[in-house]
Amino acid sequence: MKILVGVKRVVDAYIKVRIKADNSAVDTEKLKMVVNPFCEIAIEEALRLKESGVASEVIAVSVGPDSCHEQLRTALALGADRAIHLATDEIVQPLAIAKLFNVIVEREKPGLVLFGKQSIDGDNNQTGQMLAALSGMPQGTFASELTFQGDQIIVTREVDSGLQTVALKLPAVITADLRLNEPRYVSLPNLMKAKRKPIESISVAELGIDITPRLSTVTVLNPPERSAGEKVGSVTELVEKLKTEGAI
Amino acid sequence: MSILVIAEHNNEELQAATANTLTAAKILAEKTGSEISLLVAGNNCAAVAETAKAIPGITQVLLADCPALEKQLPENFAPYLVDLVNEKSFIYVLAPSTTNAKNVLPRAAALMDVAQVSDVIDIVDADTFVRPIYAGNALETVKSSDAIKLMTVRNAAFDAAELTGGNASLEKLNDATDAGVSSFISENVVESDRPELSNARIVISGGRGMQSGENFTMLEAVADKLGAAIGASRAAVDAGYVPNDMQVGQTGKIVAPDLYIAVGISGAIQHLAGMKGSKIIVAINKDEDAPIFNVADYGLVADLFDVLPELESQL
Repeated sequence: MKILVGVKRVVDAYIKVRIKADNSAVDTEKLKMVVNPFCEIAIEEALRLKESGVASEVIAVSVGPDSCHEQLRTALALGADRAIHLATDEIVQPLAIAKLFNVIVEREKPGLVLFGKQSIDGDNNQTGQMLAALSGMPQGTFASELTFQGDQIIVTREVDSGLQTVALKLPAVITADLRLNEPRYVSLPNLMKAKRKPIESISVAELGIDITPRLSTVTVLNPPERSAGEKVGSVTELVEKLKTEGAI
Repeated sequence: MSILVIAEHNNEELQAATANTLTAAKILAEKTGSEISLLVAGNNCAAVAETAKAIPGITQVLLADCPALEKQLPENFAPYLVDLVNEKSFIYVLAPSTTNAKNVLPRAAALMDVAQVSDVIDIVDADTFVRPIYAGNALETVKSSDAIKLMTVRNAAFDAAELTGGNASLEKLNDATDAGVSSFISENVVESDRPELSNARIVISGGRGMQSGENFTMLEAVADKLGAAIGASRAAVDAGYVPNDMQVGQTGKIVAPDLYIAVGISGAIQHLAGMKGSKIIVAINKDEDAPIFNVADYGLVADLFDVLPELESQL
């Protein structure tokens, strides 16, 4: 079974992003870029499925500018077998990304597609569900555990009320939540080896798919600032203040 | 113009989140001159629809009551929703930002070939909405060019609407078909004495300053007195003190309780992103320069190992 795994290039979660002076977007210029943390969990799961013999090949896929190669290299260094880059400098939103992934799904016919549940920049939480719709596959979102049973995958999902378990007919789309696994780190020898693994680049413009954004950005603004409050001198004073505010 | 709100329920009663989404729907209705319908989709859920008739400000309750929709599995529910929206010419579909709606709505959006606007916190006009990006570190105003607009609504951004006093009509809809590709197996509803992190009224979180997983029992003692949920910073998770699902932050859970108490947490950007929507923030840290104090309403510069037992005894 082949596994496709989505890899998104995002700003490091430890960096405080700034908004461009013209309020048109978040300024990502020259910031440290990493693999989206939820995609890291998806990659890890794909690798474990290969190591346990469930999967035969792990293919990392990313949509975006050429700089995505950096994150695809990371996926390869972690253990993915090969990578596909859907190259475009245009803004791509979840629906467009799902359409592009569907082209790869039709070509590669994977048994499983793994995504992170959301990216930490757009926070949309849509791409996996949208690909599932377009490809006609069932979906296991916010997954915290996967087991295989014949032609089915049993997915435990993190839902608001606790955990929900569903059975899906393969092939299926899975989106990873925090509890699914603890991702490994890249080792230096693997980083060197990854340089020899192939990245296939496909020009999005040549696929004939309309990726025009359906949502246009009007403004991007800072949220209202929180200002520092007061320092209290003791636990007693703190408890009093909180009682006065009706917080406890 | 008409608006469809998808009710969040457990086949027995309406969940609180629906009331907040209804407020968002009413704002949208006012700006666009629309009517609001509420969809109750489930199995043996007629009682929910009956109760929903009393919601003021909605014109009709639509009841989809059949086995295929029991757990609102997206493989069955999304195509059903698409047919309903087309048949009744809804322009807007709103649902609360719950794991359930986040699961179903994007699937329906893709089937309709439209975008979804996630986590709406403000409605500007008929096609312009505000939503947080970068875990709330920036607010993006987006304009939709789609003819049908699907959106999930962030509960904390809208007050809960009244649920009684109205008199809506009730229409029973056709049954859905089971797509045959997914099935529900079981549900493990957390029955902890402690509230769930995502919707607790009070959250108390520990950071690297806790020094070990065992020391989190000191937080538990305080949490029990407060009826609070327990969270942790990524630093505490990375240090192996507590499991990942306790993580509050951009890479963990985003919380917005009435009271957030940060204990031994320095206040890394990614942690702040996950909790700065809280109403009151308390920071307890022995480093007076810790960035957490910049967002705290009340700061106590002290050793947490002295503070926690004292706090417990004073509550």
